[in-house]
Amino acid sequence: MRSRILATLLTVALGATAAACGGDGSDGKDGAPLDAGTKVSITVGCMPAKSQEAQRKEWNEDVAAFQKLHPNITVEGKDAFPCIDPQTFQAKLAGGQMEDVFYVYFTDVKNIVAHGQAADITPYLGQVKQNANLDPTVAKVFEDRGKTYGLPRQNYTMGLFYNRTLFTKAGLDPDAPPKTWAEVRDAAKKISALGDGTVGYAELSAKNQGGWHFTTSLYSQGGSMVGPDGKKSAFDGPQGKAVLQNLKDMRWTDDSMGSKQLLVDADIQRMMASGKLGMYLGAPDNATALVDQFKGDYADYGMGPIPGGTGTLLGGDGYMFNPKASPEKIKAGLMWLDFYALTPGQGQLNYARAKTDGRPVGLPQPKLFGQNATGQKDRELRAASANLPVQNFKAYEDAYTSVPGKLEPPQAQQLYAILDSVVSAVLTRRDANIDQLLADARKKADTALARSGT
Amino acid sequence: MRRNLTAYGFLCGALICFAFFSWYPIVREVLLSFQQTNFVGDATWVGLDNFRTVVEDPVFVDAWVNTAIFTVLALVIGYVVPFAIAIVLNELKHARGYLRFVVYLPVMLPPAVAVLLFKWFYDPGPGLFNQILGFFQLPGLSWLDSTDTALVSLVLVSTWMNLGSGTLIYLAALQTIPGELYEAAELDGAGLFRRIRHITIPQTKLILLVMLLLQVIATMQVFIEPFLLTGGGPEDATVTVAYLMYQYAFNFTNFGGGGALGFMLMLVLMVFSVIYLRVSREEAR
Repeated sequence: MRSRILATLLTVALGATAAACGGDGSDGKDGAPLDAGTKVSITVGCMPAKSQEAQRKEWNEDVAAFQKLHPNITVEGKDAFPCIDPQTFQAKLAGGQMEDVFYVYFTDVKNIVAHGQAADITPYLGQVKQNANLDPTVAKVFEDRGKTYGLPRQNYTMGLFYNRTLFTKAGLDPDAPPKTWAEVRDAAKKISALGDGTVGYAELSAKNQGGWHFTTSLYSQGGSMVGPDGKKSAFDGPQGKAVLQNLKDMRWTDDSMGSKQLLVDADIQRMMASGKLGMYLGAPDNATALVDQFKGDYADYGMGPIPGGTGTLLGGDGYMFNPKASPEKIKAGLMWLDFYALTPGQGQLNYARAKTDGRPVGLPQPKLFGQNATGQKDRELRAASANLPVQNFKAYEDAYTSVPGKLEPPQAQQLYAILDSVVSAVLTRRDANIDQLLADARKKADTALARSGT
Repeated sequence: MRRNLTAYGFLCGALICFAFFSWYPIVREVLLSFQQTNFVGDATWVGLDNFRTVVEDPVFVDAWVNTAIFTVLALVIGYVVPFAIAIVLNELKHARGYLRFVVYLPVMLPPAVAVLLFKWFYDPGPGLFNQILGFFQLPGLSWLDSTDTALVSLVLVSTWMNLGSGTLIYLAALQTIPGELYEAAELDGAGLFRRIRHITIPQTKLILLVMLLLQVIATMQVFIEPFLLTGGGPEDATVTVAYLMYQYAFNFTNFGGGGALGFMLMLVLMVFSVIYLRVSREEAR
């Protein structure tokens, strides 16, 4: 009797295990295309908010066109502004409310992968026709130990964003932005000499953003945040010291960085839009933020490559997949991203429609594809519909391929928090000891990296 | 019996609300501090690892020291000022209602708006405070941008935001003091300060103590001021325990670490809460 009960229990357990492994039994975990007869519904994050009327209309048009092509797939957009919020990200995961295809910043990708909070999409990449055409450096953002966990939507490299009007007023050539940090320092002095509260150069130093910009400047000088194995920090070398010394000189010797510090990106954008700031490090889409949110004018802004030009930080955003999403949902999601985000002339890359809808076209962003035919086609389509003064971004665009984009370090937010303190010290304390600050930061960073087991 | 049922019905509503919105999150938070979780798979028990991680963090000690200094400063400034204003308002014969409204006005502003208003006041360039200092030929201060003044600046914001509530409570307490006591004291030749010392303070002793404890409990959880004004800077000078908790949970994706910090803060606040309960029981008697 006892053995019969045991046998029954074993049979039930084995049956349950087999069912769990097989899921619904349709596609399993193979890379076969999604069966056109399989009905799939997916939720996708970062649908444009109602306040973004034109973008939302375009999104709805894209969903309708995609669903017409694939009647078995239903795309349900989830809107939020901003698209990602650290407070809600974890809560959505915990509450089972995370979208099947969720939006992320490049900064957070490594952390999400390390915590097992995204699905491995490697077996299904065959659904993405444009996958092979992606810029390998950009695609690498979502790779970890040979596996892929997401796809990019937007990308940029940081450069020198500047106010052309102030350049002209200060006697500088608005078509020739500074190419070295020495030239930046010189230009900042001239701009701040205009007086009336004008700031030559501004830098972020709060809410982890100071550490993020320190990383960008460090890359521009040829430095690295971590060693080759990623286990120890490496920002305290001569390049790191040069970054901080330059900031210290501009802040205290030249007095060209203004007296207000602990700035975050919105502060700097407000200063730039009000015509009181000459230069800062930023991405091309800062122009859109300045115009849309702070009533700036595209004609006032220009962009050059990052000073120094040895390297720059590569940033952006993209989509990852809910770790609980079924293979069918992942395949459908990848097909949507291929359609909406990665095909020139379609979805977000439909520049002709954006122009007709009165949206700005022509900024050198995103640059998702490499120097291949797809990339060339995307650039040509963008140029054909450009309605912005694109020549203002020519210096940046011309140097784009010659300045290598570098990825963010592991444990990015923790390292940024540590370096925030260093940058804020240099900008708020005249007697800040750079060597000591970097040595202390290194100890903290090494502890954080060791703890994370990077 | 029917009356009792109605009472129990009301009690149930309150109990359900507390259970869902207070007790369950508290229990969950305590459990979280002993676990490692990614909110996808099952959480794993890690013993005291989370506590070890946060205690070994070099910012841990700074956060507690900053929180303690903030609390003490908030008591020195934020406790005395509302009481003094309440006494003045109580003594006034004219425009009392208008001034009460003016004092209470900051409470009506959403905290985020009030904090951002101070961000402009503290601007070392065209900010209001440095303009006032300049008017009196005094040198401007760096306010939030200096490790010497950043924490005090946050206390000033906090005091301004909470001034109205404290003042109204003290004023209500002052108005319960029988007027005959003051009249008798005046006849005996007592001046303002003697009246405060010998009548006002002894008569409001319990409410003062209760407010003191409530203020300690509230100010030790300071978060919105460093979050919106300084981001914990400069040089971690305004990182508080609650702010560090936020960093761990939401920026570093270490909910266990955040939970451990929360649990530690809760234990400290429980001590003050126990004292508060004893004092309020005494007051009820």
